Amino acid sequence: MPKYLLLKHYRGGPEPQRPVPPMDQWAPEDLEAHMAFLKHVSELLEANGEYVDAQALTPARTWVRYGGPDAAPVTTDGPLPETSDLVAGWYMIDVESHERAVELAAYVSSGPGPGGEPLYEWIGVREVMSEAPSETDPA
Amino acid sequence: MIDEPTRRLDEGALRALVPRVLAGLVRRDEDFDAAEDALQEALLEALRVWPEHPPRDPRAWLATVATRRLVDARRSEAARHRREEATYAEPRPAAIEEGDDTLFLLFCCCQPDLAPASQVALTLRAVGGLTTREIADAFYVPEATMAQRISRAKRALQGRRLDQPGDLAVVLHVLYLVYTAGHAGRVDLAGEAIRLARQLTLATEEPEARGLLALMLLNHARLPARLDSEGRIVTLDRQDRGLWDTREIAEGVRVLQSALAVQRPGRYQVEAAIAALHDDAASAEETDWPQILAWYDDLVALTDDPVRQDPAAVLGRAVAVGHVLGAAAGLRETERLREVLGERHRWHAVRGHLHELSGDLPAAATAYADAARRATDVAERDHLVRQAARARAAERCRNSRLTERPP
Repeated sequence: MPKYLLLKHYRGGPEPQRPVPPMDQWAPEDLEAHMAFLKHVSELLEANGEYVDAQALTPARTWVRYGGPDAAPVTTDGPLPETSDLVAGWYMIDVESHERAVELAAYVSSGPGPGGEPLYEWIGVREVMSEAPSETDPA
Repeated sequence: MIDEPTRRLDEGALRALVPRVLAGLVRRDEDFDAAEDALQEALLEALRVWPEHPPRDPRAWLATVATRRLVDARRSEAARHRREEATYAEPRPAAIEEGDDTLFLLFCCCQPDLAPASQVALTLRAVGGLTTREIADAFYVPEATMAQRISRAKRALQGRRLDQPGDLAVVLHVLYLVYTAGHAGRVDLAGEAIRLARQLTLATEEPEARGLLALMLLNHARLPARLDSEGRIVTLDRQDRGLWDTREIAEGVRVLQSALAVQRPGRYQVEAAIAALHDDAASAEETDWPQILAWYDDLVALTDDPVRQDPAAVLGRAVAVGHVLGAAAGLRETERLREVLGERHRWHAVRGHLHELSGDLPAAATAYADAARRATDVAERDHLVRQAARARAAERCRNSRLTERPP
């Protein structure tokens, strides 16, 4: 069974279908509904036997590279820190097919936003390469 | 984590034997690393065998099996390195013969030059008797990673003379790290830290050891009220105080009083005193903030440059200042910390609380949102986002009441 990452973003990705303010500006009841949905998604994935892992990332990002011999690492916030893609977290799932991964990503995207209406949030879907070669020989 | 039949074992009693048996082996001049490995194997054996065949003398059983494992290990080692065999026959410097086993082992595991993560892992295994798997689960790392961390730490101890008195301050700090790590994980590390601290207080008269035990008990007593049924954080002022564990509070207060009676104050005793005052209030409104502030004054006086050396204490004091002298005074206190803590979520969260106390809801919401962006755990982040949203909603509600009022 292939594994997929369903990636949520702080920013970046296609033009938002539905622009919404940051969550701390939502009505408290909308916030509760959204957080309850996230909890429900994790429980659903576990109940389905499709859950592998879920993690959230803090928004701070540092780019680092080797500084050369006897030099400190070189760090930067990166070019255009305000507009570049910034991953917020992910679900890792183990599913039957790419279609199932897309179906689950769409479900994650349907989570309620302000006013209880779906967020229509863009979710990045990426297949995880498996470590072991598959059992069958390539043709 | 543990197979079903072993549940019938009294694991607490089994694990309480670990430091005594291990200390016995190490004092007999066995190598710490090898002795600890052998005892782990003996423990696993005990978990397997005891439910069907309980031993008459569990401690002797463990010591015998661990010794047998040591001898086996040494034989196979010797077979491989026959030339090195002679070194085993050489007498090694006699280890100390008196003193409490737990304290002795804590000093072994909490060598000041080991990294804190290693001290913690080693303490949980060698003194707490937890398996590598359980420790790995508690810190959410793969078992192989934790096994490696433990064996590296033990290798670092090889060839050390373990007969010097250790640094009790390091031991206390390690136990506190175990305690604070213990609220989120799947293994009850907080309970484990309390158990170890209780053992430690039997071994030393040092009042700070009792201060630490009191601090843990007085905080742990509030644990049942700290999260609601949905797993949401409930702040101290909103907790259902009926859920607090009154027995733990009573024990904590007793332990604290016996420590304070020695009249050698230290940071754990002072922090425990502050926790006791919170526990003592029947409602948030009845909290004795002036006395809490007085204890915070003592706490910051323990270091020469508290802003740099103990910013957490200065931040805690700022909250007390806010409640005693007014929110504006509290906010001024936090300003001193901007340079040191300005990028930490707790600094912004405290400022949110103080702004809310002063009635400035928009500023409170902004501070809570700034805190949420800097939070490093999900429960805290969600809590801070909620606080921001709640403050904004309260502000909207207040504004609409003002505009609805007839001219």
